Amino acid sequence: MSGDGKAANQGPAHRNIELAAAGLMGVFAILVVYGALQAGIGWGFEGPKAGFFPFIMGSILLIATAVNLWNGWQGSKTKIFAEWDQLKQVGAVTIPIAIYIAAIPFIGIYVASVLLIAYFMMRISSYGAVRTALVAIGVPLLTFIVFERWFLVTLPKGPLEAVLGY
Amino acid sequence: MAEFVNLFNGFATVLAFQDVNIFGTTLSLPFNVFIMIVGIVLGVIIGVLPGLGGANGVAILLPLTFSMQPTSAIILLSCIYWGALFGGAITSILFNIPGEPWSVATTFDGYPMAQQGKAGEALTAAFTSSFIGAFFAVIMITLLAPMVAAFALRFGAAEKFAVYFLAFASFVGLSKEPPFKTLAAMLIGFALATFGTDHMTGSLRLTFGTEILLPGFDFLIAVIGLFGIGEILLTMEEGLKFKGKDAKINLRVVLQTWAKLPQYWWTYLRSCVIGCWMGITPAGATPASFMSYGIAKRVSKNGKNFGNGEIEGVIAPETAAHAAGKSALLPMLALGVPGSPTAAVLLGGLLIWNLQPGPMLFVENKEFVWGLIASMYLGNVVGLIIVLTCVPLLAAILRIPFGIIAPIILMFCAIGAYTVRNSFFDVIMMLAFGVLGYLLKKTNYPLAPLVLAMVLGDRAEEAFRQALVGSGGSLGVFFANGLVSSIMLLGFIALFWSVISAGISRVRGVKPATAG
Repeated sequence: MSGDGKAANQGPAHRNIELAAAGLMGVFAILVVYGALQAGIGWGFEGPKAGFFPFIMGSILLIATAVNLWNGWQGSKTKIFAEWDQLKQVGAVTIPIAIYIAAIPFIGIYVASVLLIAYFMMRISSYGAVRTALVAIGVPLLTFIVFERWFLVTLPKGPLEAVLGY
Repeated sequence: MAEFVNLFNGFATVLAFQDVNIFGTTLSLPFNVFIMIVGIVLGVIIGVLPGLGGANGVAILLPLTFSMQPTSAIILLSCIYWGALFGGAITSILFNIPGEPWSVATTFDGYPMAQQGKAGEALTAAFTSSFIGAFFAVIMITLLAPMVAAFALRFGAAEKFAVYFLAFASFVGLSKEPPFKTLAAMLIGFALATFGTDHMTGSLRLTFGTEILLPGFDFLIAVIGLFGIGEILLTMEEGLKFKGKDAKINLRVVLQTWAKLPQYWWTYLRSCVIGCWMGITPAGATPASFMSYGIAKRVSKNGKNFGNGEIEGVIAPETAAHAAGKSALLPMLALGVPGSPTAAVLLGGLLIWNLQPGPMLFVENKEFVWGLIASMYLGNVVGLIIVLTCVPLLAAILRIPFGIIAPIILMFCAIGAYTVRNSFFDVIMMLAFGVLGYLLKKTNYPLAPLVLAMVLGDRAEEAFRQALVGSGGSLGVFFANGLVSSIMLLGFIALFWSVISAGISRVRGVKPATAG
């Protein structure tokens, strides 16, 4: 991260994130307006067509976004969004969550949860193996009993549950 | 007084014994009371834990109630809401960490009190104030809701839309975030609500030829993502330092504090009125608590000492927050317009249980409505007893490190998101909404209007289009009679309130007042 200048060393500029957020909203608004035009925004047999309302919403969103972009542009250039270390912390949670969700269709939500809890306890809170195993296996197991047995709610299950006969 | 007969029947519904099958044995229990206690306890825990709040706690548990009786289901979920309102105060006072946004103002004087060793006093004052605020709001609901509902029965499509317009316009005008950001957040919600099948014509829209977008976006997923995952990401960024103060609450402290409270009757009354007003207009509990704190600080003779552990600084925000939180149910029940994100989730529940929120509820589902209102009275009393007796236990929950709590909350978020529609795509969307929630929070966009717009989008659109169908496409229908015109006018005043109030101050030659 060297050579990024002084402000960039501490973290990304708030103004850039602000502009990016407004920009994303603008893209979304254009998408909505485009989709609404596809669905038809005129007057049909039963009154306004399906695209009528989303078209209005998308259009006003576009205007609001333009104002927000303008205000964001004039915002402070030195204020930082968050420090890089803080963002690393956020990443240290977001990436495991993404992997967790991606794993659910393959190994089921219970086994994935065991791994997620174990990761958090060992990596973020540095617990020992015994305590980690106790919580990481105990909590999903309890959840399994509550959901599958008591409330009869079926959640995604993987090969392990299949072996055990569920 | 028909209301009192109805309320009495409501109490009968709540207290009725039902045969319940538990582990194969059938027991006769006052099932709804049992549900109420479970709900309050769960709610307090949800309110205490970071990353779990009233709105997403209720959203996660909503799918579990699909098979329950609607009356029992709403009692469970609304009690979670009341519990969460109570729980927020505990973390604010003992840990200086507001468990809920509406308890931020409670930290200003609550935590200094705890530092001075007066935690028990602060907690007792907070709980009692919550109780009083909530009680005031429930009485108001009992008296006003049937009248508002009866009045709203006359509403046609145009009037219905005008009410939605007023609700959302007051968001833009009254929120502390920049108006165009509030507007943008709200419109994202409205736009998200239109994806998928158009309920009026049955045709598809905004699916872009994909199958994934056919069912549209469910607001419960948005709530779990925005408030649950987003909150955990924020907590990670801030780095959690849990250094709590010890609280000893015993009967003596409680009685001593209670003896002090009556002298603040004027603060109570004022905070109740502020809270109810802010709860009915969808400003919600958070601005209500700030406003009440700010006004109390300005008018109190101890105003200078606010921020250094003044008991009045705990009373004012807590009373207002609870009055607002409870009275948010008035417009939800009587008009179908929820006053807070959590009330919006409850409204979503009504739709899932096949109940139409709005004035007809008071005619067609009397047992449901009055059962709920009666449970609010009882839940409030039960809640006060539970929080006063369980503080040490609840503080212990807070001492469980984030490394254990966070993944368990994440697991429940994922389960909650999946069970809404048994869809894996929803779990992915939950994470997307989580990242979005983090970004929006950091860039000062309010989340509540987004969620409310997602819940009410379909209904607002339907009212808008029906009104236009009736008038043959003329916008004049929204100003066709005195009733609809005055609601629309109020809406426009609310929408441009910041401009109008600045103008008024300029005319008077005073600087625009900033809320403390």
